[in-house]
Amino acid sequence: MQSLAVKNLKGKPVRTAVLVTLTALLALGVFAGTVIITSLRSGLGSLEDRLGAEIMVVPYEAATKKSFENIILQGSTGYFYMEDSLLEKVKEREGIGQLSVQLYLASTSSGCCSIPVQIIGFDPETDFTVQPWIKKSSTEPLGKLDIVVGSDLNAFVGDTLQFYGVDCRVAAKLDKTGTSFDTTVFTNMETIKEMTRASLERGLNSFKDIDPDKAVSCIMINTAEGYSPDEVLNDINLHVKKVKAVRTKEMISGVSDSLGGVSNVVGVLIGAVWVLGAVILLLAFAMSVNERKKEFAVLRVAGASRGKLARTVMSEALAVGITGSIIGIALGLIVMLPFAGAVEDALAMPYLLPPAASIIGIACAAAAAAIAAGMLAAAVSALRISRIDTGVILRGDN
Amino acid sequence: MQLKAENAVKEFIREGSGTNIFTAVAESNIILESGQFTVLTGRSGSGKTTLLNMLAGLLPPTRGRIMLDGTDLYALDDKRLSRLRNERIGVIPQGQTAVYSLTVIENVLLPFMLYKEQSSEAEKYARELLERLDIAPLANVKPSELSGGELRRMSIARALIRRPSVILADEPTGDLDDENTRAVFEFLRRTADEGAAVLTVTHETDAGQYAHRLMRMNGGRLEE
Repeated sequence: MQSLAVKNLKGKPVRTAVLVTLTALLALGVFAGTVIITSLRSGLGSLEDRLGAEIMVVPYEAATKKSFENIILQGSTGYFYMEDSLLEKVKEREGIGQLSVQLYLASTSSGCCSIPVQIIGFDPETDFTVQPWIKKSSTEPLGKLDIVVGSDLNAFVGDTLQFYGVDCRVAAKLDKTGTSFDTTVFTNMETIKEMTRASLERGLNSFKDIDPDKAVSCIMINTAEGYSPDEVLNDINLHVKKVKAVRTKEMISGVSDSLGGVSNVVGVLIGAVWVLGAVILLLAFAMSVNERKKEFAVLRVAGASRGKLARTVMSEALAVGITGSIIGIALGLIVMLPFAGAVEDALAMPYLLPPAASIIGIACAAAAAAIAAGMLAAAVSALRISRIDTGVILRGDN
Repeated sequence: MQLKAENAVKEFIREGSGTNIFTAVAESNIILESGQFTVLTGRSGSGKTTLLNMLAGLLPPTRGRIMLDGTDLYALDDKRLSRLRNERIGVIPQGQTAVYSLTVIENVLLPFMLYKEQSSEAEKYARELLERLDIAPLANVKPSELSGGELRRMSIARALIRRPSVILADEPTGDLDDENTRAVFEFLRRTADEGAAVLTVTHETDAGQYAHRLMRMNGGRLEE
């Protein structure tokens, strides 16, 4: 025979459905909110990792027009160039530890290109920012016309993609980063220069007169020991004209600030949902117990102790909490996992779902929070019911 | 078996009243013994139900003691008193009392269910009681489908399911017709004849004909 608590819940399906729905919404709110905050934090961490350099030096116009930030942070496509003579001038400055150049190109949606994407070329000899995490997906060195594609691009290892008529082989596909790099194609300098030349020949490059062999888009720098990044950055900005050195941390700080704001709002919403849910559950349990006061008196008459009455109410709350949490978390998984891309687009911020183990942890915590709210709400009613004066409830007017 | 009230008094505090203290039951002594059917009558508000609730271990007396075979009920903690009531005292409360999420047979088996002691033997006895009380066909329906009289009979079966040594019935025929009233009193008398101590609180003047002993409450005072 089922327990009295389960029978009570089954015996009043509408009341039970309302309580389960409330708990499910509570669990869903806490789970979805926490997943969003964690994914934003994890996206920012991923972006910091991927940028990998303390200082980035770009053409002055690229920095002032924000086209550089838009490529890195917003996932826009674009490109800009500076003469490699400027690279030599930067190299001459003091305090430079590691230095590597990158060349940018954007493909178009016209027939010459398979997909419109951002293409970043790096120098495998000197690179210290891209290769460390490319190696996590592929240990094979990139050959001529080999490319590595971001995780969101619809291409797989072995596929051939065409950029400005140049056929390239997909050598590796990267893991998800939650950043603009998920829609970027990476290749070595030799290949990107060939693509750039092809774009110029076809008249599809906005820069008509650049020489790909003498152009760079971005210089990545890590400072040498004993020098601070600010020191080196100021030195470059003071002594090298036509370029702008930017601290990657500062570039990300805007995102970080927005993320802080979003996190706070979501955090407050989670708190509000929890408190509101707990209050509604409190009222729902109070009404339910009040309505059944005479039934509880019957239980007392039949030999139930005050503790048993309280345990019956708490068992009902636990059963409702577990069922509601499972439903809420399942809904959360259905909404948050497949639609992560839509959430990322809506927030326009780096967004990286945490690993499965963390999601399971968040799900358990959200379930615990929802169950705790229900138990807390029920505890008030359980305390009240354990104090009922059976004699008074059953006493008629004679 | 002996259940007795020794100088039991119950006072309530009435807010807003001049004296503030209302004596529902004045110093009372009563002994209920095995095989005896006691009928307690009296006007509304005379203290009958209050006395019955004190005897049932549901309402502690302000003064005095309630003793069951030498055990002071109210000296026990709630857990032990509840267990004792579950096993030895069958209470038929006033009005229509049921747990509406349970079926009729489950309501009858409630005293066993509370302590997870259901058995096929208990279920067999429950069905037998329902048969004797003429509501066997309703065993698997919910109480909301029962009439007042049927609910009352279900309460009687629940009070008897553990074969308690004491039965305390509060207005068990409150909303029953003459035929059903007679049947209930005959049933309670038979239960007493089988060895239980039965106390029935009632307005019914005819109840006396079934009783071994007739008592009366008058303004909180017990009179034989």
